[in-house]
Amino acid sequence: MSLKNLMICLLALVMGCMVQTTGHAEGVEVLRPLVNALAKGGFKETEAQVGALAATANPAVAPALEALSNGDLYERKSDKLVVIGTKAGADLALTDPLTGEALGTTSPAALTKIKVNNGLRRTIRSALGGLTLMAPDPQVRMAAAGAMFKSVDVEGLALLDAAIAAETDARVLTVMQEARAAVLLAVDAPETTKIEAVRVLAGRGDRDALSILTGVAGNAGTPVALRDAATRAITGINQNLALWDVGQNVWYGISLGSVLLLAAIGLAITFGVMGVINMAHGEMVMIGAYVTFMVQEVIRTTAPGLFGGSLAIALPLAFLVTALIGIAIERGIIRFLYGRPLETLLATWGLSLILQQAVRSIFGPTNREVGNPDWMSGAFQLGEMTITYNRLWIVVFSLLVFAGLMLVLKKTPFGLYTRAVTQNRRMAASMGIRTPWIDALTFGLGSGIAGIAGVALSQIDNVSPNLGQGYIIDSFMVVVFGGVGNLWGTLVGALTLGVVNKFLEPYAGAVLAKILMLVFIILFIQKRPRGLFALKGRAVEA
Amino acid sequence: MRQSSLLYFDGVSVSFDGFRALNSLSLVIEPGEMRAIIGPNGAGKTTMMDVITGKTRPDSGEVFFGGATDLTRMDEAAIAELGIGRKFQKPTVFESHTVWDNLELALKAPRGPFSTLFHVLRPAERARIEDLLELIRLGSRRDDLAANLSHGQKQWLEIGMLLAQEPQLLLVDEPAAGMTDAETAETADLLRDINKTRSVVVVEHDMTFIRALGVKVTVLHEGSVLAEGSIDHVSSDERVVEVYLGR
Amino acid sequence: MITSFLVRAFDRQAALFLAILGLVIVAVPALNLLLPPDHPLHVPTYAVSLMGKYLTYALLALSVDLVWGYCGILSLGHGAFFALGGYAMGMYLMRQIGPRGVYGDPVLPDFMVFLNWKELPWYWTGFDMFPYALMMVLLVPGVLAFIFGWFAFRSRVSGVYLSIITQALTYALLLAFFRNDMGFGGNNGLTDFKDILGFPVQADGTRAALFVASGLALVLCFLLARSVTRSKLGKVLVAVRDAESRTRFLGYRVEHYKLFVWTLSAMMAGLAGALYVPQVGIINPGEFEPANSIEAVIWVAVGGRGTLFGPIFGAVLVNYGKTWFTAVLPEVWLFALGALFVVVTLFLPKGLVGLAAMVRARLPRHRTLKSEPATPSTGEPQPAE
Repeated sequence: MSLKNLMICLLALVMGCMVQTTGHAEGVEVLRPLVNALAKGGFKETEAQVGALAATANPAVAPALEALSNGDLYERKSDKLVVIGTKAGADLALTDPLTGEALGTTSPAALTKIKVNNGLRRTIRSALGGLTLMAPDPQVRMAAAGAMFKSVDVEGLALLDAAIAAETDARVLTVMQEARAAVLLAVDAPETTKIEAVRVLAGRGDRDALSILTGVAGNAGTPVALRDAATRAITGINQNLALWDVGQNVWYGISLGSVLLLAAIGLAITFGVMGVINMAHGEMVMIGAYVTFMVQEVIRTTAPGLFGGSLAIALPLAFLVTALIGIAIERGIIRFLYGRPLETLLATWGLSLILQQAVRSIFGPTNREVGNPDWMSGAFQLGEMTITYNRLWIVVFSLLVFAGLMLVLKKTPFGLYTRAVTQNRRMAASMGIRTPWIDALTFGLGSGIAGIAGVALSQIDNVSPNLGQGYIIDSFMVVVFGGVGNLWGTLVGALTLGVVNKFLEPYAGAVLAKILMLVFIILFIQKRPRGLFALKGRAVEA
Repeated sequence: MRQSSLLYFDGVSVSFDGFRALNSLSLVIEPGEMRAIIGPNGAGKTTMMDVITGKTRPDSGEVFFGGATDLTRMDEAAIAELGIGRKFQKPTVFESHTVWDNLELALKAPRGPFSTLFHVLRPAERARIEDLLELIRLGSRRDDLAANLSHGQKQWLEIGMLLAQEPQLLLVDEPAAGMTDAETAETADLLRDINKTRSVVVVEHDMTFIRALGVKVTVLHEGSVLAEGSIDHVSSDERVVEVYLGR
Repeated sequence: MITSFLVRAFDRQAALFLAILGLVIVAVPALNLLLPPDHPLHVPTYAVSLMGKYLTYALLALSVDLVWGYCGILSLGHGAFFALGGYAMGMYLMRQIGPRGVYGDPVLPDFMVFLNWKELPWYWTGFDMFPYALMMVLLVPGVLAFIFGWFAFRSRVSGVYLSIITQALTYALLLAFFRNDMGFGGNNGLTDFKDILGFPVQADGTRAALFVASGLALVLCFLLARSVTRSKLGKVLVAVRDAESRTRFLGYRVEHYKLFVWTLSAMMAGLAGALYVPQVGIINPGEFEPANSIEAVIWVAVGGRGTLFGPIFGAVLVNYGKTWFTAVLPEVWLFALGALFVVVTLFLPKGLVGLAAMVRARLPRHRTLKSEPATPSTGEPQPAE
């Protein structure tokens, strides 16, 4: 599977490099008869032709060989032109193997398929390797060397040696030497050479090297010295990989922590300032996700080109919608319940039921599809870690939201008033701060942040009416753990809980890890009932 | 000195986030004494009460009761059972209980859940509550909810509850706050009366009230003792005038 | 001493209430068993089970009220104790199936055979005996509540913190019971019960008996709760609810009182769960859903917390509403329930009982009775005599 992906990558690279070479029109025309000759005769003749094509050392022939290997190369009966055919319904879409030009579609009956067998495929592979190992573009050479390492192409050894001798790019050279080492371990070679090859692979230090070395160490026929060297190398690689595993877990933890942070931070504000638990907080997240869904629906029907920017449009909208709902809730219900936090909890729970059912009635109970824009999909490798773009962006986004909120609270008059009310409500009121306004705006802010959290979560979670429910307990745990009235506490709390949870998961499983976390927090607040970063003093006891 | 004292504070400090509420406070209350504590806002009066009753743990220093009992190691309930009663600045009575029930709850008796579960009011206890009702002049309102009492009546009810506990030491925080002049005078009489059998520490702002008590006065300032002595002595002290009484 | 403790529970109000409850307990099974099915007054068996279910809910509500109405502890996790009691009963009923399961294993319940378990886990032993199961019905929720409460109350976790922690507790149990390797049937829970104490659970007579048992349990727990709340301990609980630190300064160890009433309440909830399970025929992890626990709280709020009639009344009323709505207007039920939360907290802080008291106080005829406390309290203005 991964080999196939790599081949596709390789093909894409080659195509890219072809665009540069199509300028040499006469070069292409020189190659044309050679390519057309692939259709002549049986396997033997074709094999000879492959050799002839490889001898041109011209990368432009690579697509044809690639297609041949995949069984996609055909001869057009009408003009004996060799073409690449790809399935397009019942017909085949044709492209010119040398120029990449589209040649329309034809029914399979008008074509003769050029047959290929495994022997031929092997020849093609080494031919392709040779072609690309010598390509002028170092990226192509890199990809080719990588492919040869994966496929451990025994027949490519001579080719590799030649390529290594000619190579100038140090990074490409390393990969080529690793590919050569892999081959050397597979063929008959002197023991010292093999030990040297083991050393090269140990330097590579990834899972591929590990599997090759494990093969060497596990083979009963391996000489003792070589086996020792391999075993040592395996230990080294395993340590290295364990380190990367830790890194990967930390990353997963940070990723989970950033989600928790997004969900909890709005709750932290309302709880910190007003001492009120908004049980409908999760539903604000859910509404934010549905706003994203609606924005994408509108974009799909009216301006599909804007899809990449759908999240940018959804963010302010979601903030506005949920902030307004939040202010309405505060003005309509919560302000009548100040000083009765338990009643507030119940009333907002009732609201959450109403909001859930409302969304269920409007949008239906099933999951709604929210798409990832291109820049949010896919993944990249960092050493031995896999990092998906959507997770990466959510981490970045949550930190931005955190920083933005800090800025608002530290640098604006609104923030000053909010902090004043958090610390001493009565004193703030007597200083002329309109605490009811601050309450309403704070509630709006907290809800709005929940809304934009919903935009982010729509990218990684199912958008359904129940989306919010899953977050309320976790968010509250983060707030309790971090300490009420302190946003840094929320940040540290979210990341700590995220990382600890992900470290527990491999040992305990996801469910048990979650249970352990809950138990841990219940025990934690025994020791520090007011969280990691607690406000102290008389004010909090009032 | 510690051995013979009723309450002994030595070098007690408490701070909240860098703010020093008590700053190496040292203070001695003798058995049977009545002491008035005065001082501006933030002088540490309430924090001192909190430390005595176990609500706040001091960062450093010693607090002993009756010469030998270390109060810093005990919780509120244990300290209350030891014989220290506290009346809060804002009257706190149990508003959804009747006056009678408030006194019954305060009455000295075993405090465990199982003792109270099977508790039956004995004639002696009943008589004691009747006495207290008479003392705090709420006999006619015994069946009313505490919530329906006037502010002054709540203050008195709370003093009555304090007495019901039969403490050795009473801590009384601003008993005259919000009372009429007549009520204030009566309260002073009541406290003097109580002092015949128990030690009392009174925190108060009202200088006429303090004068009416006629007892030794301690002036607190920024968490430590500024001056100590008779009311005339402290009110002529330059520094006390400076920080508290005003010129 | 004990007699005076129990005597406290009776007065005219209580007698009236018990008379009504007693009538229901006798009449419903009688109308079900004695009248022919086509008689207009015949109560169908499904209705008997439904009402029996309401009675167990009423008991759950009573237990929530004991901690919330009288001690100010808002538990959002009482459903957990209810479910644990239910599981204990479910385990007994599973063992009673014996070799009649689908796989016919004489000892192992079907789901264990399905999971390839070779022997009964240790914690399942003894559940084939009814008295042992009954003991566990009380003990398991009681011990869990005791341990949880000991930690929580000792460190003075209170208010919304405690509420959310109780919610986390039931949530953690929900996740745990979903796991197959817990040995409680995982997702599907325990079901397909055959008989209880030798009587088939589906039979009309058994259903009627279970209804009566639920009613009697409610009566007993009501009397127990009433004598507790009217004792001096009950007064201390209300004192804790209204002014916790004042109570401490009077020398009461607040945490011990909370722990007492919390554990007692959890055991009542467990008993309710145990009576619930044979009547509905299933217990699964869904009973641990935090939403269930909060719903129980709203029954109490609707009826009137801090009174003992209120929650019983509220539980029956709200659940009747739920039955009606889910049959007739299923879409509307959650709107109605949500609105109920909001309306009750905003406009009816003392519930329907409080409303009734207010209305009565406004009627000139009853002016003289107005000293009846309007705030939630024990409802006892003065010690007897």
